[in-house]
Amino acid sequence: MNRYLIPLAVFALVVVVFAIGIAEAPRKDLVPSPLIGKEVPNFSLPSLTDPTQEVSSKQLLGHWYLFNVWGTWCVSCRMEHPELLQIARSGAVPIIGLDWKDSRAEALAFLKKEGDPYQRIAVDRKGNEAIRWGVYGAPETFVVNPEGIIVYKYIGPITPQAWVQNILPHLPAAQTASAGS
Amino acid sequence: MRARLSARVLLPVLLLLAPAALAIAPTRMPTPQLEARYERLIHGFRCMQCQDESLADSPVSLAADMRRQIRHMLIAGDSDQQIRHFFVSRYGYFILFKPPFVARTAWLWLAPGVLLIIGAISAIMVIRRRTVLVKSDEEEPVEDTVRGKRS
Amino acid sequence: MIPELGEFALILALVLAALQGFFGIAGPAFKRERWTAAVTPAVAGQFVMVATSMGCLMTSFIDNDFSVRYVVENSNSALPVFYRIAGVWGAHAGSLLLWIFLLGAWTVAAAFGTSKLPREFAARVLGVLGVISFGFLLYTLTTSNPFIRLDPPWPDGQGLNPILQDPGLAAHPPVLYTGYVGLAVAFAFAGAALLEGRLDREWARWTRPWTTAAWAFLTCGITLGSWWAYYTLGWGGFWFWDPVENASLMPWLMATALIHSLAVTEKRGLFKSWTLLLAVLGFSLSLLGTFLVRSGVLISVHSFAVSPSRGEFILTFLVIMIGAALALYAWRAPQLKSEAGFELTARESFLLFNNILLVTACGTVFVGEIAPIIYTALGFGKLSVGPPYFNPTFLLSMLPLLALVSLGVHSRWKRGGFGDRGKTLLLTFAAAAVIGCGVMFGVFTGGGVLAAVGMTLGVWIVLSSLVDPIIRLRRRITIPRSVLGMTLAHIGLGIFVFSLTAVQGFTTEHDVAMPIGGVTQAGAYTFQFEGVNRLQGSDYGGVSATMLVTRHGQPVAVMHPEKRNYWVQHIVTTHSAIDMFDGSNILVALGQDLGDGRWSLRIQVRPLVTYMWIAALIMAAGGMLAISDRRYRIAQETAEEPAAAAAQGKA
Repeated sequence: MNRYLIPLAVFALVVVVFAIGIAEAPRKDLVPSPLIGKEVPNFSLPSLTDPTQEVSSKQLLGHWYLFNVWGTWCVSCRMEHPELLQIARSGAVPIIGLDWKDSRAEALAFLKKEGDPYQRIAVDRKGNEAIRWGVYGAPETFVVNPEGIIVYKYIGPITPQAWVQNILPHLPAAQTASAGS
Repeated sequence: MRARLSARVLLPVLLLLAPAALAIAPTRMPTPQLEARYERLIHGFRCMQCQDESLADSPVSLAADMRRQIRHMLIAGDSDQQIRHFFVSRYGYFILFKPPFVARTAWLWLAPGVLLIIGAISAIMVIRRRTVLVKSDEEEPVEDTVRGKRS
Repeated sequence: MIPELGEFALILALVLAALQGFFGIAGPAFKRERWTAAVTPAVAGQFVMVATSMGCLMTSFIDNDFSVRYVVENSNSALPVFYRIAGVWGAHAGSLLLWIFLLGAWTVAAAFGTSKLPREFAARVLGVLGVISFGFLLYTLTTSNPFIRLDPPWPDGQGLNPILQDPGLAAHPPVLYTGYVGLAVAFAFAGAALLEGRLDREWARWTRPWTTAAWAFLTCGITLGSWWAYYTLGWGGFWFWDPVENASLMPWLMATALIHSLAVTEKRGLFKSWTLLLAVLGFSLSLLGTFLVRSGVLISVHSFAVSPSRGEFILTFLVIMIGAALALYAWRAPQLKSEAGFELTARESFLLFNNILLVTACGTVFVGEIAPIIYTALGFGKLSVGPPYFNPTFLLSMLPLLALVSLGVHSRWKRGGFGDRGKTLLLTFAAAAVIGCGVMFGVFTGGGVLAAVGMTLGVWIVLSSLVDPIIRLRRRITIPRSVLGMTLAHIGLGIFVFSLTAVQGFTTEHDVAMPIGGVTQAGAYTFQFEGVNRLQGSDYGGVSATMLVTRHGQPVAVMHPEKRNYWVQHIVTTHSAIDMFDGSNILVALGQDLGDGRWSLRIQVRPLVTYMWIAALIMAAGGMLAISDRRYRIAQETAEEPAAAAAQGKA
């Protein structure tokens, strides 16, 4: 073999890597979660609506739910809010909220004005819980199965398209059917 | 050639401007040993929301939360290994500036050594071939450096 | 009108670049005298058009023409004129135009420089440069046109990225790009040799000054960038192994290797195909750097506004340019044989080690740079590769390189050995070890093995580089400028290594919360926090702190770190105060108001960090000095040879 061909061969390999890099570039900011396939972190947090009550991972076992990390300070969360309301109305799957680093008063006022899609809302005032979930920016939405296993994580605001294409396929068929109606 | 400037066009440009404000977290740990470990740890984690900044330097609030988490874990007696594992199991290897040495990253850590070995082998091959040629090579190159005694 | 004129000039430049490329390559290939003769006018025409276009964009900036989108995005009427001009290269499209402008300037210089070389060779060099220019012009016009208008115009601009508003940064891109683009000339020389299928020692002599010049600019550019990052980004770091920094380091390493291999090719006619390969790779890496920075495939603090379509274009261009060059290389290189021989301890060997170690270092940086892409491509998710990877792996090939510098400088060509220099080498090494370890324990009181090795090697390189010039001075033998330049560059390297070791080993860093009137200690220095004042600038507001620095009770400085709030962009920036005493660099950065009159502050004392940048500039100066050697002036080349031999004092 002509050893002078080696640089060309190495270059060809590099080009292939770069071509994949370009294809992946739009997803550059999405860090895949290592929690997928794992149990949800154990938590027991005060409820937003009634601070004397608790929202805990134990209570949530036994049915599918979306775990949505949001805050009133987060612009993208406001963008996805109508879609969350739509999902709640369709009854496809209950949504559990994690109100992340927010003021209680503002959160309640926001939900009163815009509507409340959440079945329950846990409060993470200081941001400790979000770190346990590997959250790095709101909104983030986890799909959790009845065994308490995280099956999927969606990063960014849920659009109608993202709901149908990315999230619904991870929910069981029964839910999908009721959501289609 | 005329285009309308909309918020949509400009937004990506503005978002990419790296905020140059500095996070200075003057927290003191109870002991100098913990302080040193804390400093090492926060320099080793990437801020997940920033472009290539460590937790030590990042001004965003998530980084502050993570620094607090590390502080609590250190005071609670967790080892560096446990703290790294806590973050890696939630954020993946991406959060470490130092890639671990595992099956999936072994190539990365071995590459410099392999390159050096390839270099060494090539050097040996070239020099072996060239030392043989010294006798047949008639050129006597002029030295660039001054040699010998004063003339 | 002016933006349209600029765009029109750019289109004309594109046409002329195509002609330049075509005539330059096809003329000699088909032996068409007239085609070959048409290259130089095309070069001149293209440069005039590119310069016109550049002038138009600059005028739009100076005149605050907010009907031009690029101006709106990168300027503001409140900006001083200086930064409005710097705004031209404040973002992607304008910096591309700057790139093309500098390429044009290098091409004109190359046209003058090659005017006494064989006509066909000169035409080929300019032809290759024309093809490169064509690619970048097409790229600019199709994906990144800076002259696009807005309708209706905006009332005012959005301002220049505040972290770019700094004299150091304003100068950084032009200097760095001059280096990047300069490597295009070395590439073009290699391309011409490949097209011709001929390469001799003359070729190496013609190529050397261009490579050295590009290398010197690259050195200055990287230094400016590092210096700028040190005091603007506010972290107090000077090198982050950030992808964009790596993108400038890789061509530098290649260019350094190329300079040394060219020396062997010129002197001994050896390493011909290797030298060609380095010339091709050097420029390829500067193109690749452009790709990595602009396509957004990597995460970086210096990120430009990116889009994948820009990446696709550059990748295609890379494939065409580099692919063609490497294919041509695979075809031609086997014909370039040399029968010269040398021994293991000959200078040829040391320069070979130099090349292998530099290329290994470059390869290591490259692997680390693209590792996140490979990791993702393999379907493993995402990976970060930071300083904890680069520091040790880079050192793996750099330490042996630094240890070999002194030996290489004193080795003889061909038969090898050090002759009467063997003893001198031992002596200088012993002296270096004493001085290095003495400084370490005496001044810095302590340090590890690595610090001792670094300091010793740094001093050894300086001392051993001085031997030859001292002997020459004592015997009244003239020193050719090329030798003097090399010596200077090596001395710069030694000082650099010494200072870098000091900075890495003996930096003190404190983040503290201080009440007004509070006192803290860092190293030998005492810091007293006097308070904060409001600050009002042309397009920013903020606060400025006053910090009194004393040493052993003696006041040494009053420092004013600032925190600015740029109201146009709503960005807060940290402006550290930096001062230097006895070679130590003190940095104070202002953090946030903690309430109750307490502020968070970062205080760092970095010994010798300034000398590190000065050392890098000394290296660049050495390069420039070497270029001025009479040997490289073609007209005198034949008359020079015997005179040079006589001047060597060879008995």
